[in-house]
Amino acid sequence: MKHIISPTDLSVSELNELLALSEEIIQDPKKYSEICHGKKLATLFYEPSTRTRLSFEAAMLNLGGSVLGFSSADSSSAAKGESVADTIRVISSYADICAIRHPKEGAPYVASTFSSIPVINAGDGGHNHPTQTFTDLLTIKNLKGRLDNLTVGFCGDLKFGRTVHSLINALARYTGIKFVLISPDELKIPTYLREETIEANNIPYEEVKNLEKALPDLDILYMTRVQKERFFNEEDYIRLKDTYILDADKMTYAKEDMLVLHPLPRVNEISVEVDNDPRAVYFKQAQFGVYVRMALIMKLLEVNEC
Amino acid sequence: MLNIGGINQGIVIDHIKAGGAMKIYSYLNLENLDYTVAIIKNAKSNKMGKKDIIKIEGNLDNLDLDILGALDHQITINIIDNGVIVEKKNSSLPSKVTNVLKCKNPRCITSIEQGLPHIFKLTDREKGVYRCMYCEQAFDRK
Repeated sequence: MKHIISPTDLSVSELNELLALSEEIIQDPKKYSEICHGKKLATLFYEPSTRTRLSFEAAMLNLGGSVLGFSSADSSSAAKGESVADTIRVISSYADICAIRHPKEGAPYVASTFSSIPVINAGDGGHNHPTQTFTDLLTIKNLKGRLDNLTVGFCGDLKFGRTVHSLINALARYTGIKFVLISPDELKIPTYLREETIEANNIPYEEVKNLEKALPDLDILYMTRVQKERFFNEEDYIRLKDTYILDADKMTYAKEDMLVLHPLPRVNEISVEVDNDPRAVYFKQAQFGVYVRMALIMKLLEVNEC
Repeated sequence: MLNIGGINQGIVIDHIKAGGAMKIYSYLNLENLDYTVAIIKNAKSNKMGKKDIIKIEGNLDNLDLDILGALDHQITINIIDNGVIVEKKNSSLPSKVTNVLKCKNPRCITSIEQGLPHIFKLTDREKGVYRCMYCEQAFDRK
């Protein structure tokens, strides 16, 4: 039995298989509409999330399965002080697979060590969010046709942004990747990520502050929101939240085939006028998220492909 | 110059980062063990400027010395028998330590679930970096 706690829990070949299955589902979703009939997905969400939870639930429903779960710690036994370990041991007898989101880092790993069903990390604090990474990779693979030889810009909160950390770790395994890291000094990527992933793999990168100057070189621009919930100090949040705003004017600096990705939700870091630009693919990305979660559920449940 | 008597049988834990001796004393649970112990703080060191040293007299079967590398990777250990050094070794870095280091990340699951063991794995042998098994934050020795 396999659990998905970190994006690198899948080898590159397993990841390629997952993306290939996702693309088959995109071609003919109906073919898979009953493949998980009789199976149940438990969504254990200890902190609020709209799209990730609904994306998981939509994925399971699209496969003909059922869903159960809770959407905040207040409405679960965690409010009574139950440990993650106890909760997962009970849920294991109710469902066939589970997706867990928790504000504390490492909670899904704890769950996986006590679970008798596959556990998928649906986001743990500022740590990992593997299915977002798989979504990002599928978006790039499907729309760019490749995951290698890309210059990828990350912009905004690179310090606390778990989607950024996970995607950097995942892309570091492909060849010909270059990173452009665009952030204010306070929100630069953590030193360990720079040293142990980027520099250790000899991946060319630059750290810059100016988005306009960086744009012309990029194949992918990954925008992020400065997340209020990651700050202990509100003053810092207010000072930094509007550092980068991508608008139609800035998009004129970008290549014609550059893609703008964003894990969503957005606040104001991408102006709504950019939404109609064909390079803005963040809403398509949300759709890809459902497909890749369908493929992941199939793989982890080891259901036979059609 | 401060003189501390030599020991006949036991160990000398040398090259402890200055100020770190009490932590080692505590981790080895020496306050609850019946050994004769000398703690030397801020001793002069050519290599480190200043260092701490712990001398422990006695039969050391009860001591788990394997964890020392996780606490301070510069430590060296001298084994003393009949008043002479019979073995001199650098501390080893165990690949995994349980309930030796404590995760200080307030966002880690161990910060709210007290029953979980604090497990750290060695991720960079050269620099002696240990990361929490749960949140992957590096242990900060400061």
